[in-house]
Amino acid sequence: MTTPQMSTQRVPRGQHRRGARGGSYWLYLAPMLVGFTAVVAVPFVANVWVSLHRWRGGQAPMSWTGLDNYRTLATDHEFWTSLGNSLYMIVAVVVVPTLVGLLLASVLFDYLGKQFGARTAAVLRATFYLPQIVPIAVAGFIWAWVLDSREGVLTVGLQLLGLDRTPDWLGDPDVALYSVMLMLIWLQIGYPVVIFMAALQRVDPELYEAAELDGAGWLSRFRHITVPQIRPEVFVVVLTATVNSLKVFAPILILTAGGPENSTVVPSYYSYRNFFELSRVGYGSTISTVMSVIIFAAASLLLVWQRRADRQEA
Amino acid sequence: MSIPSDTALSRSRPVRPAEKRRRRRTPREQLTRWGVLAVVGLMALATALPFLLLVVNAFRSGTDYSTHGPLSWPEAWTLESVRGYLGRVDYPVALWNSILISSVVAVVGVVLGLLAAYSIGVGRVRGGGGLLAVLLLATMLPQEALIYPLFYGAQATGTLNTVWSVIIVFSVLQGAFATYLLSSVMATVPVELLEAARLDGANRRQILVRIVAPLLRPTMGVLVVFFFIWTWNEFYIPLVLLSDPASQTVPIALSTLRGQYSIDITVLNAGSLLSLLPTLVFFVIFQRTLSRGVTAGAVK
Repeated sequence: MTTPQMSTQRVPRGQHRRGARGGSYWLYLAPMLVGFTAVVAVPFVANVWVSLHRWRGGQAPMSWTGLDNYRTLATDHEFWTSLGNSLYMIVAVVVVPTLVGLLLASVLFDYLGKQFGARTAAVLRATFYLPQIVPIAVAGFIWAWVLDSREGVLTVGLQLLGLDRTPDWLGDPDVALYSVMLMLIWLQIGYPVVIFMAALQRVDPELYEAAELDGAGWLSRFRHITVPQIRPEVFVVVLTATVNSLKVFAPILILTAGGPENSTVVPSYYSYRNFFELSRVGYGSTISTVMSVIIFAAASLLLVWQRRADRQEA
Repeated sequence: MSIPSDTALSRSRPVRPAEKRRRRRTPREQLTRWGVLAVVGLMALATALPFLLLVVNAFRSGTDYSTHGPLSWPEAWTLESVRGYLGRVDYPVALWNSILISSVVAVVGVVLGLLAAYSIGVGRVRGGGGLLAVLLLATMLPQEALIYPLFYGAQATGTLNTVWSVIIVFSVLQGAFATYLLSSVMATVPVELLEAARLDGANRRQILVRIVAPLLRPTMGVLVVFFFIWTWNEFYIPLVLLSDPASQTVPIALSTLRGQYSIDITVLNAGSLLSLLPTLVFFVIFQRTLSRGVTAGAVK
């Protein structure tokens, strides 16, 4: 590592030789800047602008309403329901997969891999990862079938086991959210497993061997070696998964369309419905703007928390 | 850091795995290792089960399914449901659209990222650090915060309902991620190497093409594979921008059948299977690249 890339002492190389042979460095940045402006910056600002209006979309007139949409949102029961459901999404996308993933990765790497060979561990790992590479729309269709109340896999399977009174997985407002969570856990588990197993390969095997010679059991190795050693990866998984959990969209659209009785509505789906079904474009923009802020805030909080934890460690 | 074996490490006792292996396992140990294998194996089976059942229930007739249910063995293996799906959705067109979109995005995204990362990481243009932070934020942005303006933008430029709208949008979005990742890798390129090339009279373009790009090739390879899969699997933006079947991707073509209850479940299953097959093939081919890449992604 010779140059820390964002070092404070700016090496003047190139800077003062603008137009040097091979073109200015700005020329290399230009395509990304133009693309970013056109695809992200301008649309994002336009979206915030629209959120300050009442607009039904298309040729309809736009009328300025200032922060009215935001005021409405603050007291919108359905929005708060959707935000509350996001907490369930966090459980299904972040909490459960990270914890189970830690255990699975550790068992696969530190126990099964040693007992039955790395190949067995690799096959099991690939199986857990499989749902991650399937298009989300396809995963949605598969689970719509698995959770079908009449002839779905889960219902028929439980009937074969003698359980006749199975719930209406996606049709019962008290059950549907948990059914969606089940699908998301299935979808997500492979991600932490693969990342954590890769991280464990970075850990010095002597740590494990020495601990084993000292008579440390699997659980104590898990607590004192595995978890502390791969903390950076745990953080990356928690951060990316949290952001993703606040963006869950396709599973809701395909499995439940927010129903029954709005019991599974999430913010991204709620804004989609305002945009494309209810023609309340201004309000949809308000929801998505607020969600962007919430996601940035959650990510920043996690980053600050990591900084602090790192400092305590040091 | 609370690792109990710090002292044990410094003792540096020689470890002889061979010696350990020779020792006979007690029955209790045997029970534990097979028990653990069974538990984890069952979890893996539960993960794979939806896929296995999908295969069984994609190659049977709709009547067979409705009389015997999803958990029985098919009376006869048939392509009836596959034909049923191909009759409703123009799968070859969707497949071609997906291949075109994903390949162009994967390559353009990485090239955009390489160029931008070069100007930030090696060229140190003013404000580069701030720009990287903004690009990172962009990768976190929920797509619904862009979709309505993107929809009108695509309409205004005449790219709505063409693959190009999706190609442009995702080239930039993936490019933002590539810029972020590649500029951190670029920091590991030795300065002496760049200085030496400069002294030899290489200009900026030559340094990028002959020195920096080859050094970054492994990372770029991983990114190409990931961008291909990610773009292939994208849902929200293609769903909104591509309502014309002639421009739809494989997952979007499948999702047009959502909520049409007159369709046999076996037909939907055949469609799901056909739609996940390409990514599965791609995954098997590039499995090793991917597992290397997940590591690279984790350190980002």
